[in-house]
Amino acid sequence: MAYLDAASTEPLHPAARDALLTAIDAGWADPARLYGTARRAQMLLERARAEVAELIGARADEVSFTSSGTQAVHLGVLGTLAGRRRVGRLLVASAVEHSSVLHAGQVHERDGGEVEIVGVGLTGRVDAEAFAAAVARPGAALACLQTANHEVGTLQPVEDAARACREAGVPLLVDAAQSAGRLPVPGGWSVLTASAHKWGGPAGVGVLAVRKGVRWRSPLPEDERERRRVPGFENVPAIVAAAAALRARSAEAEAEGRRLSALTARIRAEVPRLVPDVEVVGDPDLRLPHIVTFSCLYVEGEALLTELDKAGFAVSSGSSCTASTLRPSHVLEAMGVLTHGNVRVSLPRGVSEDDVDRFLAVLPGIVRRIRSSLGVR
Amino acid sequence: MWRRRPDGRDTRTDRHREAEEPEAPPQPAEPPALTIDALGRKCPIPIIMLAERINQVPVRGVVAVLADDPAAFTDVPAWCRLKSHEHVASYELPQGGWSIHVRRNY
Repeated sequence: MAYLDAASTEPLHPAARDALLTAIDAGWADPARLYGTARRAQMLLERARAEVAELIGARADEVSFTSSGTQAVHLGVLGTLAGRRRVGRLLVASAVEHSSVLHAGQVHERDGGEVEIVGVGLTGRVDAEAFAAAVARPGAALACLQTANHEVGTLQPVEDAARACREAGVPLLVDAAQSAGRLPVPGGWSVLTASAHKWGGPAGVGVLAVRKGVRWRSPLPEDERERRRVPGFENVPAIVAAAAALRARSAEAEAEGRRLSALTARIRAEVPRLVPDVEVVGDPDLRLPHIVTFSCLYVEGEALLTELDKAGFAVSSGSSCTASTLRPSHVLEAMGVLTHGNVRVSLPRGVSEDDVDRFLAVLPGIVRRIRSSLGVR
Repeated sequence: MWRRRPDGRDTRTDRHREAEEPEAPPQPAEPPALTIDALGRKCPIPIIMLAERINQVPVRGVVAVLADDPAAFTDVPAWCRLKSHEHVASYELPQGGWSIHVRRNY
C-alpha cells in the first residue's frame, strides 16, 4: 500500500516513536502534583512546551497543548471572541478555512455574533484586499486565516493579512495545521493553532498559542491546567513525542520539502498530459511542498478512490459522497473548480519516487475504465 | 454568514448570492433551445448529459440543465470554463435545485 494521504495524517515520525516509548515510562504521572514522578512529568511537559514554543516563534508561557488541532481552533476562535466581546462581535474568515474554524463561526452566530466570509480566487488564495476591507469594518473582533490550504495546498497571504489586522487593531488567528514542521511559521499572528499528527507526532495533541496581551477568555469551564486555557489532564507522553517530531521534522524540512515539491510538481505536470480532461487545482507556485489536487471530468470521486485503493493507493477526495457528506468540499466550491472526480495526493515524509511513478502509471487506466462504465467515450 | 465579493473580476460569488437571495429571482433573458432534466441525478451525470447534448443546439444557443445535486451548481460553470463554453446564469427552481444556463460557444 502506497500511503499518499499525509495531509489527513502523517505517519508517526521515528523520533516521535522513540520519544513516546520513553515518555510512557517516564512521564505518566500527574504533572500538577508535588512528588518525584510528578515533577518529572512536569519537567518533560515544560521542556516540550519550550521546544514547541521555540520552533513556532512563541514564548513558552504563550503555548498551551490541546487534545487536537480542532480543539485548538475552537478554543482559539471562541476564546478570543469572548475576550473581545465588548470591542465587537464580527468574526472574519476566509471561505477555505478548515471546517473547525467555520464550525466555531456557526457557534458564534448562534450566540448572536456576526461572521463575514472572504472569498478566494480560482487558485484558492484569499483576496488580500477584500480580507483587509473586512477586518477594517467597525466591530471586527477576530480574523482567521490558514497558512496554507489543507485540500489544495495553496499558500495564503498571511503577511498581508497580518499587516491589515495590525492596522485595524484586530487580532489574527493563524491556523498553521497544514504547514507547521514543513515551512517556517510566519510571524504577525495573535493566536496560532496547529496539530501534531500533521507533522508526524501522535494524534491527540494540538497547539494553541496566544500572544501576550491578546485578550482571551475560556469558552469552557476552567481548571488549573495549561495556564487555564485547556481543561483536563495533559497527555504528557504524547506531547513529548509531538515536540520531538516537530524538532526532527523542522530540521529535515528544507531538504525533504524540496524533494517532495519536485515530486508534486511532476504529478502536476504529468497528470494532465496522461489523462484527458483533467483540471489540476491550487496555485502552481505558491503552494505547500507535499499536496497536489486534481479533478477528472466525468468521473465519480468515490469510484476513483475505490479503484485507487484496489490498486494499492491511499488518497483522499473533496468530491461529495466520499466523506459521508452529500455536499462537495466547501474549499472546491469556494474556488469554483470542478468538485467531482477530485483526488488529493499528499506525500508523506520519505515517500519513494517509485510510489509516485506507479501512481502515474495506474491512474490513466483507472480513469478510462470509470469513464467508459458511465458511457463516456 | 455573508460572503464578500472578491472585487468584481470574480463573478462566482455573485452566483452564490443569487442562489442565496431568492427574494429577487432574476429571469432568463433568453429562452433555452434545449432543456436537460438531470434532477435527482448525482454529479458527474448532469455534466455528462450536458457534454453529450450541447451540440444539439446551434452555436450561440442556450442549454438549460435542471439539476439538484449541490455539486452541479459549481461543476456546470467549472465545466464551461474548462470547455470554453459560457455559463450564462443559474436560476433557482421553486422545487429546489437550479436551472443552469449554458451558451454553446463553438
